Amino acid sequence: MSMVFIAVTALVLLSLVFGAILGFAAVRFRVEGNPIAEQINALLPQTQCGQCGYPGCKPYAEAIASGEKINKCPPGGEATIQALAELLDVEPEPLDAVEGEKPQMVAFIREAECIGCTKCIQACPVDAILGAAKQMHTVIVSECTGCDLCVEPCPVDCIDMIPVAGTLQSWKWEHPLPPGTLIATDREALK
Amino acid sequence: MNIWPIHPLRGGVHPPECKTLSNQQPIQTAPLAKQLIVPLLQHLGCSTQALVSVGDDVLKGQLIADSKHFISAAVHAPSSGTVSFIGPQPYPHTSGQLLDAIVIDTDGLDRWCPLEPLANFKEATAAELLEKIRQAGISGLGGAGFPTVVKLSPKADQSIKTLIINGTECEPYITADDVLMREKATQLMLGIDILVHILQPENVLIAIEDNKPEALACVRSALQQRNYYVVAVPTIYPSGGERQLIQILTGKEVPAAQLPAQLGILCQNVGTVVAVHDAIIEGKPLISRITTLTGQALRTPMNVECLVGTPVLELLEFAGLQQAKMSRLIAGGPMMGFTLNALSAPIIKTSNCLLAATAEELPAPPPAMPCIRCGDCAEVCPANLLPQQLHFYALGDDHPQLQAHNLFDCIECGACAYVCPSSIPLVQYYRAAKADIRELEQKQVKSEHAKERFEFRQERLRLEEERKEAERQARAERLAKTKADQAKKAAQAEAAGQQASTADDDVKRLKIAASMAQVALRKAEKQLETHNTEELKSQIEQLRITAEQAKQALAAINAAAPTPAPSKPVDDDLKRLKIAASMAQVTLRKAEKQLATHNTEELQTQVEQLRVNAEQAKHALDAATAAAPTAVEAAGVTEKAAKPELSAAEQALKKAKIEVAMKRAALRKAERAEADAESLAALQTELTQAEQSLAELN
Repeated sequence: MSMVFIAVTALVLLSLVFGAILGFAAVRFRVEGNPIAEQINALLPQTQCGQCGYPGCKPYAEAIASGEKINKCPPGGEATIQALAELLDVEPEPLDAVEGEKPQMVAFIREAECIGCTKCIQACPVDAILGAAKQMHTVIVSECTGCDLCVEPCPVDCIDMIPVAGTLQSWKWEHPLPPGTLIATDREALK
Repeated sequence: MNIWPIHPLRGGVHPPECKTLSNQQPIQTAPLAKQLIVPLLQHLGCSTQALVSVGDDVLKGQLIADSKHFISAAVHAPSSGTVSFIGPQPYPHTSGQLLDAIVIDTDGLDRWCPLEPLANFKEATAAELLEKIRQAGISGLGGAGFPTVVKLSPKADQSIKTLIINGTECEPYITADDVLMREKATQLMLGIDILVHILQPENVLIAIEDNKPEALACVRSALQQRNYYVVAVPTIYPSGGERQLIQILTGKEVPAAQLPAQLGILCQNVGTVVAVHDAIIEGKPLISRITTLTGQALRTPMNVECLVGTPVLELLEFAGLQQAKMSRLIAGGPMMGFTLNALSAPIIKTSNCLLAATAEELPAPPPAMPCIRCGDCAEVCPANLLPQQLHFYALGDDHPQLQAHNLFDCIECGACAYVCPSSIPLVQYYRAAKADIRELEQKQVKSEHAKERFEFRQERLRLEEERKEAERQARAERLAKTKADQAKKAAQAEAAGQQASTADDDVKRLKIAASMAQVALRKAEKQLETHNTEELKSQIEQLRITAEQAKQALAAINAAAPTPAPSKPVDDDLKRLKIAASMAQVTLRKAEKQLATHNTEELQTQVEQLRVNAEQAKHALDAATAAAPTAVEAAGVTEKAAKPELSAAEQALKKAKIEVAMKRAALRKAERAEADAESLAALQTELTQAEQSLAELN
């Protein structure tokens, strides 16, 4: 009888102790906000272009966290979809965009035509356009994310989106053909 | 002679050396090219900016481009002439991309600019010597082209204990360092002396592969009494890699993502050391280098001392290029070099070899077959990596695994691809995967930066909006206040208007009463003329008094009407009216009495008149008494009514404002806490509702 009593007491005490520890941990190490949305946001390209239909990358990250599809980010492209699929453990889907994946673009203001209306400055989500009212505007290339939000508000259509020119530093080696995809007799034809 | 213990390299391969092709004759001097293309970037690090402009005359050795950035190297004019063009020009790179360069049309005179030689370098401080090296634009001549001065300036907490002079030159075909050591051993020794003076190392090791006995002999003979170790390392590829050579000479492995300086070791190529000697002892900047021209497509393979900027084609033609035989031109060696497509590209500071290979010499690689997991690659990898695993991870773009398997420790020596029985271009996979990972990292950095900027902008807009909102509220409050003030004033004015109107009525009535009394008086006087009784006389007297009093009352009220405090004149008026009314009553009664005694028709009509008079006076009095309290009351009421109404409106406004503020705070809190979208949206709608109601109140 006393054995049973001791066992029960021990278990009760243990559960009390662990309950207290868990309760303390729940309060002490409480995670503010939704950590998964934060992780998703870290994978998005932060162009803030709104092409996904959300007003920025963070809202889209939050939407993904609550069940939105992961294939709505054209600037991120396949790489982002892959990364998101891996993070969320879902099947990667093809990119949901009319024009598909685009190369990295940068905005360019034809300065001679700029009338200094500041509309593009207000549209730029990352403050990458420099200028003032009735003064010529220009794009800070290193800060431009290529979101093309500045193109539409321009009343004189003097903003072009041009693909970023590759430099020696940004040049990449090509991936070789996977082994077995090319046989010796085909090589001559390839040349 | 001192013997330095060596630790054999793990892995490595023995490709055919083919060095005898080019090292059989002394260093030749290349002819001066008509046009020198001097790229602004010939090293690792930041590009330089041109200091000259088109049309400028330059002298040999003149500084033509420099950068303020620490990791960069100055560029000097290789010969005298005129700057004819600054802009994109061919560049020795796999991509075949153009790069900004200064094009100099040489005048053939090779006029030097004034030089500042420093023969007795031992009297100079390390800082002075480093500055001279920096000004000479020296970057590593071994291959990577890292600015030498950066390498020679270790961090304060690192002291160099071992200086390694790398003369191994392990790559097949290349003999530039070999012939340099044979012909410039004295300069090499002086250069080492300079480095020793700067760094004060404990040991100096000169590593030379044992397949270069002539170079070894020359260096040993130039050594004299110097306390340096000349180490003949066993020939194996890639013993000349910095990390591999350190491992061979010291047995220490440089940890991943660290520099040899962290182990107190510094490696310099022999060519770089000779360039340091030239810069200090002769004052000459780095404008030329020794390049191996080799390959079976050349009639006379050789080593040339050529100016930086000399077009590749001119050099190859100097060495007897047979264009028809050449199948591939490789810049660098066959193991680590790259195919050069543009023959117009110039020689730069890092170009150690040009290999014009025939098809038999360097056949195109056979098509890759699937990996058979033989493991040969892992055995030859000098960096102790698992090339096979890396290959599979690279195929699957598994970046985390690639990094976990230390892809970035791969020196891309090509030993694994060399031994691969399936001819898999392993190094190509690693290069592509490395580039992908670097690109993603850069994208990540950029996106982090963009995010930071975006969030900063959002915060700024929010603050601006808050400030505007506060201003708007303040304006609305001011407006409400002025409105309330106006309402108060209007109520006061209304009350005053009411009083004025009653006074006006009084005046009207009094006027009527006065004129009536006058009429009665005149009529009584007429009667008196006809009847002339005593009673009538007194009556007339009475009537006159009444008329007079009525007149006085009228005058009084006329005088009182415009005064701002209307209650008192109203009171006075009332009093006067009362007096007039009672007077009229008295005269009426007296006349009635007379009528009772005399009873004439005239008297009757007179009495009738008087009665009317009295009644009118009474009416006026009644009206006045009725008007006075209502006026006062009305004033009081309007005042009272305005006040509670106003405070109610104010309270509502205040309430609405508090509500809006609370809603906003709740929303912000929720945002900060990253609540789910639904609750955020709900909060947002609540906030907009509250704002709307506030706007309505406003």
